[in-house]
Amino acid sequence: MNWTLALPEIALALAGLVILLVGVVPKRETFFPVSMGVIGALVIAAVLVLGQGEGTAFVGQYVSDAFSRFAKVLILLGAALTLLLSLDWNVKQGLGRFEYAVLMLFSTVGMMVMVSANDLMTLYVGLELLSLSLYVIAAFDRDNARSAEAGLKYFVLGALASGLLLYGASLVYGFAGTTNFDRLADALSMGGAGTGVVVGLVFVLAGLAFKISAVPFHMWTPDVYEGAPTPVTAFFATAPKVAAIALLMRVLAGPFGDLAAQWGQVIWVCSVGSMILGAFAALGQRNIKRLMAYSSIGHVGYALMGLTVADETGLRGVLVYMAIYVVMNIGTFAVLVAMRRNGRALEGIDDLAGLGRTDPGMALWMAIFMFSMAGIPPLAGFFGKLYVFLAAVQAGYWVLAAVGVVTSVVASFYYLRIVKVMYFDAPEGALDARPAGLTVVMAASGLATLLFFLFPAAVIQAAQVAVSALAG
Amino acid sequence: MNAAGFPLLSLITFLPLAGAFVILTIRGEEAVLARNARWTALWTSLINLALSLILWVRFDTASADFQFVERLDWLPEFGVSYRMGVDGISVLFVLLSTLLTPICIAASWESVESRVREYMVAFLVLESMMVGMFCALDFVLFYIFFEAVLIPMFLIIGVWGGARRVYAAFKFFLYTLAGSLLMLLALLAMWFHAGTTDIPTLMETAFPRGMQYWLFIAFFVSFAVKVPMWPVHTWLPDAHVEAPTAGSVILAGVLLKMGAYGFLRFSLPMLPFASQDFAPLIFALSVVAVVYTSLVALAQEDMKKLIAYSSVAHMGIVTLGIFTFTHQGLSGALFTMLSHGIVSGALFLCVGVLYDRVHSREILRYGGVAKIMPAYAVVFMLFTMASVALPGTAGFPGELLVIVGAFQVNPWVALGGAMGMILGAAYMLYLYRRVIFGKITREDLRALLDLSPREMAVFAPLVLLTLWMGVYPTSFISFFEASVAALVSRHEAAIGAARLAGM
Repeated sequence: MNWTLALPEIALALAGLVILLVGVVPKRETFFPVSMGVIGALVIAAVLVLGQGEGTAFVGQYVSDAFSRFAKVLILLGAALTLLLSLDWNVKQGLGRFEYAVLMLFSTVGMMVMVSANDLMTLYVGLELLSLSLYVIAAFDRDNARSAEAGLKYFVLGALASGLLLYGASLVYGFAGTTNFDRLADALSMGGAGTGVVVGLVFVLAGLAFKISAVPFHMWTPDVYEGAPTPVTAFFATAPKVAAIALLMRVLAGPFGDLAAQWGQVIWVCSVGSMILGAFAALGQRNIKRLMAYSSIGHVGYALMGLTVADETGLRGVLVYMAIYVVMNIGTFAVLVAMRRNGRALEGIDDLAGLGRTDPGMALWMAIFMFSMAGIPPLAGFFGKLYVFLAAVQAGYWVLAAVGVVTSVVASFYYLRIVKVMYFDAPEGALDARPAGLTVVMAASGLATLLFFLFPAAVIQAAQVAVSALAG
Repeated sequence: MNAAGFPLLSLITFLPLAGAFVILTIRGEEAVLARNARWTALWTSLINLALSLILWVRFDTASADFQFVERLDWLPEFGVSYRMGVDGISVLFVLLSTLLTPICIAASWESVESRVREYMVAFLVLESMMVGMFCALDFVLFYIFFEAVLIPMFLIIGVWGGARRVYAAFKFFLYTLAGSLLMLLALLAMWFHAGTTDIPTLMETAFPRGMQYWLFIAFFVSFAVKVPMWPVHTWLPDAHVEAPTAGSVILAGVLLKMGAYGFLRFSLPMLPFASQDFAPLIFALSVVAVVYTSLVALAQEDMKKLIAYSSVAHMGIVTLGIFTFTHQGLSGALFTMLSHGIVSGALFLCVGVLYDRVHSREILRYGGVAKIMPAYAVVFMLFTMASVALPGTAGFPGELLVIVGAFQVNPWVALGGAMGMILGAAYMLYLYRRVIFGKITREDLRALLDLSPREMAVFAPLVLLTLWMGVYPTSFISFFEASVAALVSRHEAAIGAARLAGM
């Protein structure tokens, strides 16, 4: 039994248990040391992931390959940086309790298990570990009605999605006779797929589409994003999205690879719907977290464009897109977390007014993120779009590409609106001084976004290797 | 390596960025900051101008090939590289960009008072992107520069513009973005077809005829917005009116040329059949642009708007010349692009001079300025005459060549172009008469000061060039003679080969 293959997950889970004990025992509040411990554990896990071998373990339930490594590094990066964003914010909001960091750690373990799942059961276990932690974190500001509402909403809808997923998995198991991805692939390629398997697949897709908030399973996103504490929203928008997209890619390209004609249509609809909704629904938003929710729906639509194409170019496009998406989203949320005036956290777009004068540094980074999200070269967001558009054009998905172009123009309007508010409008008064940690996160992701064009080859190469492992 | 022995084009492209970075690191009091930012920006752009003059000296005018070529691997497995180079078509636009930037910076010396540091950074970034765009020999690289221009220009209009600046900035950005994203799709299709984005290789690639039409339409939308051609020109008057003076100068001087340059660099050499078949459409739109916008210009009350509409008309002449596919037409189009870059930029500066003093662009606000500001009246007259294409000024050789070229294709088209010259004379002289001559109706105008030494220095190179281009156009035409000849013969060969094979 080759259990050492799963060392990153095991180590991270054990670290979580130890840190939990460390957090409980002392009499005083241990938020800061525990968070530091969690960040340390995440970094160690990332190192372990980079050194992880290849192969399957636990009787084929768990797989480790270049694809899982790529996704895990992104997930760990997202989790560690968003925890960094929470440090100061949580204390100022009276949320500085150590359980927060531990929950984040466990949800990260869940995500890593999802990415490495090679069996519908592992998939479900990982997904639930993630979801249960997220439900609690969403409602972490429990005295705040909006946060509690967000948690509850997320829980009810999430439970429904889990149910759909489980139902789909049982249908697949019933008709194909196995839950293991390798054997499913064999069974489907030899015997063809019956209606039962296809129906089961659609249910599984619905469950996963919920997690990535693709249209038409996006309804929870704006409310949860708005209600949850801002660093939690940052977390929602980054790591779990990567995990769910990676999982979706693994499930669809792996066991159900032969059914591409069937699921391709479903993903096509999700992609087009997400792009359109993400672009148009965000136009009228005044709350910046809500705006980011719609923006993330739109971005998922672009990523799904690559998945619709489903060849190596397309899947590589998805991975590159998600990597860039995580970086620029973390930077954007670092700015949102820093929005605080006279001790009160702010969420309105108008609260950014005149930032170009009152805080030129932060405004510059925010402008870079916004232009990047709009996909303006030479910023990173452009390259993300370039690679998915390239895949769509090569495979002849002209409608997808055309919708992508139109929605890009529409979406750029609301990103530009933020730039406009920051630079063209008169200042409303300075924001509070921000902790150094936020500046570091902003500058790091800002530089990565700005200078991506210098080193695209390295990222593309890594994504290419990852995708080759997936396609096998 | 190349004629200069070192990566000259990259240096010209990225030196302004370095200058912008230096300005960003300046700290200090508001006034000190502003002064240092101004001087740093001016020196950076002047050094860049000096460096670009090496191109003027060392460029081999006898060759139609790309010169000063540099190459670095960027995404080797995709066939995308960092490749720079200039040929006769692009070299003078590089010089135009590096010339206009210091002029713009000097022109905004006193008129821009708020956020000077950001303003100078935006201008240097803009210069960098413009130069890079004209030098890029890789389609992806070209696209990146082409689009990146939008960011600084958006900020320049939006932050330092007039009353309706937000509307104008958004309109400018979204119009252009919509066009260029279509070009992105065409780019991807060509990339997929040819396996590379190397521009010289793409020029040699024969695209299937059916595909050419779609590609042409995508390019056409993108470049037509940028040129701008009627009926997608409506962003231009708004952008010009709201932009600060220097923004208008760059917009008219260089950014409008990007569209026409795109036609010359991509549509014509890569898509010969589609260009040939779509030429009547372009002629029609160009003639409409020339006649219609000239009439609109005649009715304007706002000086900047009038010159903006005249730009649309002049660019109509340019597109007309490009799609004649004749040697004269193409040379004329290129020459008109250059002269328009100088002359319309100078006209916007002239408006800026009055605006700085009176803070009004309304034509009726003025009158009798000649008595108060004689030197200014002379300068303004020279550029007015150049805009009207008076022989001996920069405007004349280009428009004449275009009309000669158009006459070979279709006399009616030539007539349409010539109408532009007549109407142009009408609206420009009408403008000049109302502003400069007549009685002094407003007493406060008597206090106006004539051109300051700084303004003289700003106008001097433009005056010189306007006369030089008018009196001895050969020193400019010789630069693109060989490239234009190669372009025409390649076009004829492509069309001719297909005729032999097909019909």
